[in-house]
This record gives sequence, structure tokens and C-alpha cells, in this order.
Amino acid sequence: MTVTAPPVVDAEESTGRVGDAVFAGISRGSAILIMLALAGVAVFLLQQGLPALGNHGEAAYGKDNIWAFVWPLLFGTLLASLIAMIVAAPLAIGVALIISHYAPRPVAKVLGWLIDLLAAIPSVVYGLWGIQFLALNMVPVYKWLEDHAGWIPFFEGPVPNSGRTMFTAGLVLAVMALPIITAICREVFAQTPKMHQEAALALGATRWEMIRLAVFPYARSGMVSAVLLGLGRALGETMAVALVLAPTLIVSFNLITAEQSSSTIAANIALNFGNASGSKIDTLIFSGLVLFVITFAVNFLGRSIAARGRKG
Amino acid sequence: MADLQTAGAPERQAMPLTGASLPRQAPLLAVLIAGGLAALLALLGVIGWVAAIFVGWLLLMVGLPLWSRAVEGGRRSVDRGVTLLVWSAFALAMVPLVSLVWTVVSKGFGILSSQFFNNSMRGVLGEGGGIYHAIMGTLIITALATVISVPIGVLTAVYLVEYGKGSTLARVITFLVDVMTGIPSIVAGLFAYALFALFFGPGVRMGVGGAVALSVLMVPIVVRAAEEMLKLVPDELREASYALGVPKWRTITKVVLPTAVAGIVTGVTLAVARVAGETAPLLIIAGLTTGTNFNPFSDRMATLPVFIFYSITEPGLHADAMADYAWGAALVLVAIVMLLNIVARVVGGFFAPKTGR
Repeated sequence: MTVTAPPVVDAEESTGRVGDAVFAGISRGSAILIMLALAGVAVFLLQQGLPALGNHGEAAYGKDNIWAFVWPLLFGTLLASLIAMIVAAPLAIGVALIISHYAPRPVAKVLGWLIDLLAAIPSVVYGLWGIQFLALNMVPVYKWLEDHAGWIPFFEGPVPNSGRTMFTAGLVLAVMALPIITAICREVFAQTPKMHQEAALALGATRWEMIRLAVFPYARSGMVSAVLLGLGRALGETMAVALVLAPTLIVSFNLITAEQSSSTIAANIALNFGNASGSKIDTLIFSGLVLFVITFAVNFLGRSIAARGRKG
Repeated sequence: MADLQTAGAPERQAMPLTGASLPRQAPLLAVLIAGGLAALLALLGVIGWVAAIFVGWLLLMVGLPLWSRAVEGGRRSVDRGVTLLVWSAFALAMVPLVSLVWTVVSKGFGILSSQFFNNSMRGVLGEGGGIYHAIMGTLIITALATVISVPIGVLTAVYLVEYGKGSTLARVITFLVDVMTGIPSIVAGLFAYALFALFFGPGVRMGVGGAVALSVLMVPIVVRAAEEMLKLVPDELREASYALGVPKWRTITKVVLPTAVAGIVTGVTLAVARVAGETAPLLIIAGLTTGTNFNPFSDRMATLPVFIFYSITEPGLHADAMADYAWGAALVLVAIVMLLNIVARVVGGFFAPKTGR
């Protein structure tokens, strides 16, 4: 076997090798930078937030300890998001069904486009609409609820004339989360195998039976993860709530009152950060850390359910 | 003919292929009747208009399925009921969304003028000011955030698709990017604040901090979009390039990236649109000022979202005038974001592979 002489390594090729190493290094470096950034977020929040664990009295906004400060806000965050999901999830699934199965195709295309555009509207605009339009228009409804359902703790009142209540905040969050949940559900519905659907129809199923028997079982995990991702957005949402609710530290199920209403973590940070200094900043950052952990858990759950759905 | 039919057809007529069904226009008819009845009640002054809509809806929800049950049987009746329910959910969902857009346009349009676009709020109490400073701030901070995020995001996507396929690091990065998409925007602001406070002391406010906070939110979106696009580039193109002896890095920069560039541009534009409207991080780290500040490395910088927020929460003595500014600024912000979105979708739609709906 004759061995041919190795080709002369020309300048081109050697720069190619060096270039390759450099380029691979840069791209791996930026990937690692992302890792560092996320680690940075965690480290900075911990470093600034953990000293607040010992805060009490003035530094914890008049509470005995830090947990007494965080708990009412956490409660309010969960309550507002829960209201939002109860309102938004069924509506979003309805809208997604309209787009994927009910509306004629050209109409559906335009609707899908519109929903995507609505998902892009900045949250502060939702908040502005919430405080200056929705809140005022909800007052008669709240008044009616107070008069007729006041014996339920949720609707005790008194109803403020501004309409700035927990229920309003929940509704604004619902309107914000709606396009997001719709967008994901629509995609999942559209991915249902055509054959399953046609088989159901061929067996004489009505459209609803086809959706119930072929589309929903296929899309179940996708729908759950869509709602969880919407919940993640609602939990972390700041401005809409900050505009509607005053920062209070109260645990209250009363949905239609102003003074005795809970507030949320994110809104509380936004409203108090400007005036905070020293250890109060630590306290606020600690509450941000709690929010981060919870949002992370919800998003993680949502994504792992979605991933399992894709495999199964 | 008549004889034939009477002779041969009876069995067929006894077993028709389709059952009795409502006429095609039945739903429309039901809507008209229910709506008409409700409108009549409202016109007679028995109930208010809001109640009338509710009563009309209730009539429809009960009437049409009952009619269908009588003629077509239970299953078809349930189907019609659900169809009505789904369309009602759709209509109900559209009410706030349409009202939102309408409110922003109708309330914001009145204040738009050349003065509104060319003046800042420096020394202005009440009327006569503008949002020039806030528009400039939003443009500068968003542009900075884009400059930071796009290289990091695209290069990370290149690593994930071209270099790190299947490696542990790539899996970890993919997971972390997922985590990052879920970071609440206010937490990103707190991060930027904590980072800059380390170097410049507590109470720091500067525009570049806002850009860093926005980058934390923007990078994962860019990575996701770029990754999807790079995956769509067919392997044949890469292999053809390798076969010609082109080194990998030149293949990526000359073949892979140009092929995917339209999709990446779409993703970046969408990401820009998303962060341009972010308020919370800028509230914390960029703050608000009444004058125009072109230097992102010193002092507070006004942005549209923060301007809207403070115009409502801390309007001072001229609450009505400030509310007008807020609506005007909201309209401008929504217009910018919508425009970016439409541009992105037109670019993307033009180059995207064909998919179903």
C-alpha cells in the first residue's frame, strides 16, 4: 500500500481550524454566559434577600417577622391568579376551539392573528384599562353582588366607588392571560391527528363528540400546561395589579372591597421600591425571591407536563 | 314513474339515511328570535340593556337545544348546545379585548399632536408637555437590550444546534433557558438593581441597568426562536458545504445562518416587541425623569411604560391632564409594539415553511 504524501497544510486550512476553535469557543462561551446570568440572578437575590430573614418591625413594614410580611402578599398573589385562571381557562379553551375547529378557515386565520397581537399588548396598558375603564364599569356589578350575595364572605363589601378591588385585579389578569392560554391550546388542538378526528366523524359522532373523544384526550396535557404557563404569567404579573390595587398587608377573602383587600408580591415591590431604603430593600428583594421560586415551580410543572404529553 | 316509486320505494322511505334535522338556518333563526324577544323586553322598559343581553342569551341557550331535542334527538341537541356555549365563550372573551383596544384608541387619539411628540415634561405642570423623553428612553434602552441579547441568544442557539447536540451542557442550557422564560419581569429588575448596586452603591438608577434587566427577559426568547430556525436548516446544506472542504465555522456563518436569517429576524423582532412594553424592571432600575436623557450610563431615564405608570399612580395636582398623557403614551406604545409584531409576522410569514392552521 502506497502512502501518499500528506497534503501540504495551506494557510486557508489552518485558519479554518483556528477559526473553528474560536467560533466553537465563542458560542459555547455565550451558552455558559446564560448559565452564569441565571446563577447570577439566583445569587444576587439570595445575597440581597437572605439578610432580610432576620428583619422585623420597621424593616419588615411593621410586621413581627419576615414571614408575617410575605404571607399576606403571597396569599393575595395566589388569590388573584386563581380568580384569573377560573375566568380565563374556560374562555381561552372556547376561543381556541373556535379557531381550531369551529370558525371557517379564513376567519380562523385572522382570529389567530388577532389573538397573537393581543398577547403582545404591554401589561401596563392592560393595567391602565383595568383602572380607568374596567374597574369603573364593574362597580354596579359589585354593588349588586354586595346587596344580593353579601352573606358570602367573598362579597361582603363595602364596594369602593373606584371599583379597585381584588376581583378587578383578577379580571385584568384573566384578560392578560387569555391570549397566552388560547395560543398554546390552539396549537395543541390543531396538532390532533386528522385521522382520529375523521374516524370519529365517520362513526357518526357529532362535532362535540368528536372533540370530546378525539381532540380533548389528545390535548389534555397540552391544555394543563397551557393553563399552568398562563398561571405563571399571572403570578409574576406586576403592573396590571400594581395599578389596580393599593399595597396592603392583609389576608382577606373579600373580593369586592378596597381597604380590606389583599395585594400581590410583584405589585407591592413595584409600589414600594421607589421609597424603600436600607433593610426595607432587602425585605422587598426577599419577597421577590419567594415569587421567583413559586413562578419557577409552576412553570417547571407546566413544561414537564407538556414534555410528558409529547412523549406519551 | 309514479307507479315505480310507489311500488319500489316504501322500504327506502321507511329507512332514510339521515334522521330528521333542523333547517340549516335554524341557529340564525333562534338567535334572531331570542334577540328580538330580549330587545322587545328592553324597549318596553321591563329590564335594562345588560340584563336584556343576558336574558336573550339564556333564551337561546335553552331554546335551541330544546327545539333540537324535539326534532333531532339528544346527541345532536347536546352538540348544538356546546356549539352555542363555545361561541358564547368566544364572544365573552372578545368583549374585554375589543373594549381594551377601543378605549386605548379613543382616549389616546385626542392628545396626539406634534407638540406631544416633540416636547418633554420638563417644567410642565398640567397641559403643554409631551412624551419625547419617554419615547427616546424606550428606544435607547430597548436598542441596548437588543444589542446585548441578540449576539448572546443567537450564539447560544448555534451552540445548542451545531456544537452541543446531545451533550450534558446543552441539556442543562435548554433547561435553564426554559427557566429564564418564566422569570417574573420584576425579579429581572431586582437582579439588575442588585448587580448595579454592587458597583455603584445602593439607590443606583441608570438606563443601562434597564437594558440588562430587559436582556434577562429577552435572551431566552431569542434563543428559542433562533434554535427553532436553525433546526429547520436541512442537513444536506451543511453536508454539501463540508464536502467542499469548508470548515465548520464558515459553514455556520456562510450557509446555516444566512439560510435561517429571516426566521431569526422574526424571532428577534417579536422579542423586541415583548420587552419594549415591559414596565416593572424599568420602574426599579431606570426610574423616571421629566427631562430628556440621552446617556444611558448616568441618571434616571424615562420610558413609555414607566411614564404611563407614574402618570396614573402619582399624577400630582393635574390628575386629568396626566391621565390624558397616559392614554396618549399607551396608544403610542401599543402602536410601536403592534407595528413590530406585524413587521415580524410579515417577514416570517413570507419565508416560513407551510403549515396547517
